[in-house]
Amino acid sequence: MRVLRQLRSEASFNLLGFRRSPAATFFTVILPLIFLVIFTSIFGNEVVSSTGARVATLYVPGILALALVSANFMNAAIVTVIRRESGVLKAMRATPLPPWVYVGGQVAASLVLTAVMTALVIGIGWLGYGVDVQPGALPSLFITLVVGAAAFSALGLAITCICPSEQAAPAITNMCVLPLYFVSDVFIPSEGAPRWMTLIGDIFPIKHLALALGRTFDPFVEGVPWPVGRWLILGVWGLGGALVTVRYFRWTPRG
Amino acid sequence: MSGGADLAIEVSGLHKRYGDNEAVAGVDLSVATGEVVAFLGPNGAGKTTTVEILEGLRTRTSGDVRVLGVDPAQATSAWKERIGVVLQGAKHEGDFTSSEILTMWSAYYRSPRATAEVLELVGLCEAAGTRTRRLSGGQQQRLAVALALVGDPELVFLDEPTTGFDPAARREAWQTIGGLRALGVTVMLTTHYMDEADVLADRIVVISRGRIVANGTAAELAAHAAMPSQISWDAAELSSDLLPRQLRDLLGADESCAPAESPDARAVPPARPTIATQDVDAVVRELLAAAGGAGTRLDSLAVRPPTLEDTYLALTGDESTAGESTAGEFTGGEFTGDIP
Repeated sequence: MRVLRQLRSEASFNLLGFRRSPAATFFTVILPLIFLVIFTSIFGNEVVSSTGARVATLYVPGILALALVSANFMNAAIVTVIRRESGVLKAMRATPLPPWVYVGGQVAASLVLTAVMTALVIGIGWLGYGVDVQPGALPSLFITLVVGAAAFSALGLAITCICPSEQAAPAITNMCVLPLYFVSDVFIPSEGAPRWMTLIGDIFPIKHLALALGRTFDPFVEGVPWPVGRWLILGVWGLGGALVTVRYFRWTPRG
Repeated sequence: MSGGADLAIEVSGLHKRYGDNEAVAGVDLSVATGEVVAFLGPNGAGKTTTVEILEGLRTRTSGDVRVLGVDPAQATSAWKERIGVVLQGAKHEGDFTSSEILTMWSAYYRSPRATAEVLELVGLCEAAGTRTRRLSGGQQQRLAVALALVGDPELVFLDEPTTGFDPAARREAWQTIGGLRALGVTVMLTTHYMDEADVLADRIVVISRGRIVANGTAAELAAHAAMPSQISWDAAELSSDLLPRQLRDLLGADESCAPAESPDARAVPPARPTIATQDVDAVVRELLAAAGGAGTRLDSLAVRPPTLEDTYLALTGDESTAGESTAGEFTGGEFTGDIP
């Protein structure tokens, strides 16, 4: 199939560009792993449950959420704005490549990054800090990752509509996610935080991603975790992002 | 719309309005298959707007447009297979090499040219493995032409391919564009350099303030603009006092033929009487007759035809671009913004 070949080609060039961009590699791959090591070093890694689960069990899903948002939202948005403002997207519009294949190639590359980061974070958590994944929770983990990646890819494209220049893109995307990380169970649990903070966390999608991932590792959960409500909220945000993208996305540089 | 398969581009009554500003104000244009046409005009004349409408990248307010028999506003993938586009000031993703970008783009087309073949066509083989951020301006432009050629198009659009280039880079780009003719590709090129249009194109279409003001070869344009030739000679050989009255009335000073001012005050430049005329034959005959009557020779007689810049400035009526056509400086893009 020609379209599949085009998708594979687009995705592999996106990944090549990612590997060659030190900033993208640092923020998406290195930084989350550094955070994982720092948190477990500062807060220790005691056994906290009768099942033998350790403190790191609480950090792994947060770090995974961080990596997913970085790969699908931050990275995709910044790359898209750079291509748009340099005229690459405009030139692409004059080629026969269907626009959805271009977008699909970028989402596919983000999915590959998400899979790699999932393997790295879980692998380091398991080998280094004794974090277990219950095999029964794997389907739930998979669904959360796919729904989360789709939602944040759509939001990444949507946010490009308010990024006027390639200089503005990293600032605007960071402004969107950095404060939210602190109220979204990514770095610290939101339990016991002031009401307005938990409310903000509840409105935006990052907390739902982090907690849905957390269910997969949570040693206190009985049976198979199906965080359907959080998937729905992520889905609604993703749909909103897709609608904004369809309505406002630009292929041409400003000016 | 009438016209045959031998017309690659047919445009009639094209208008494009942005608010109160009419960027394109009734353009009629046709380009034959295999022809190389230059679309010439000053910045802001409506060149890029027109060409981007033809490329299917911009909507029009009104008018009929057929490019390869198709209305670009209804462009399909099949139609895009047949055209190649080099945008104004084309940039590339800096982290990839030329050959990587070409490989990526060749996946967009049904029957692409081989990457190595395209690199050879534009003379970029030696830089195939260089990341594009390290390419020179001329090389970046050649890569942009290569990307336009990778789908083996019938028609190629080039928008100001040498704006901002130094003379060597312009020469490089001209060589590459000249090579398109050998491929039998129809080329539509926009430029604000008259010399570029003259060197590269079979035909020049001049646009000014959204309207076509002239159409033809460089020589035809000069005739159309009714530019006079300058006839001059050395006053020592034939004093203007000896001229018949009808020639004396035509006398004027041609500063462009005067030698540069010398710092040495004693080296007074020889006076060169000058006549500006479109009827070169009659004036020269009368001058030679006058010289014969005076028993002198006119070895210093010189006839300077109108320059390309003279013609260009007369046609576009835009003094602000004087000197630009040879300076090769970047003078800013033309109005291309879509006002919502």
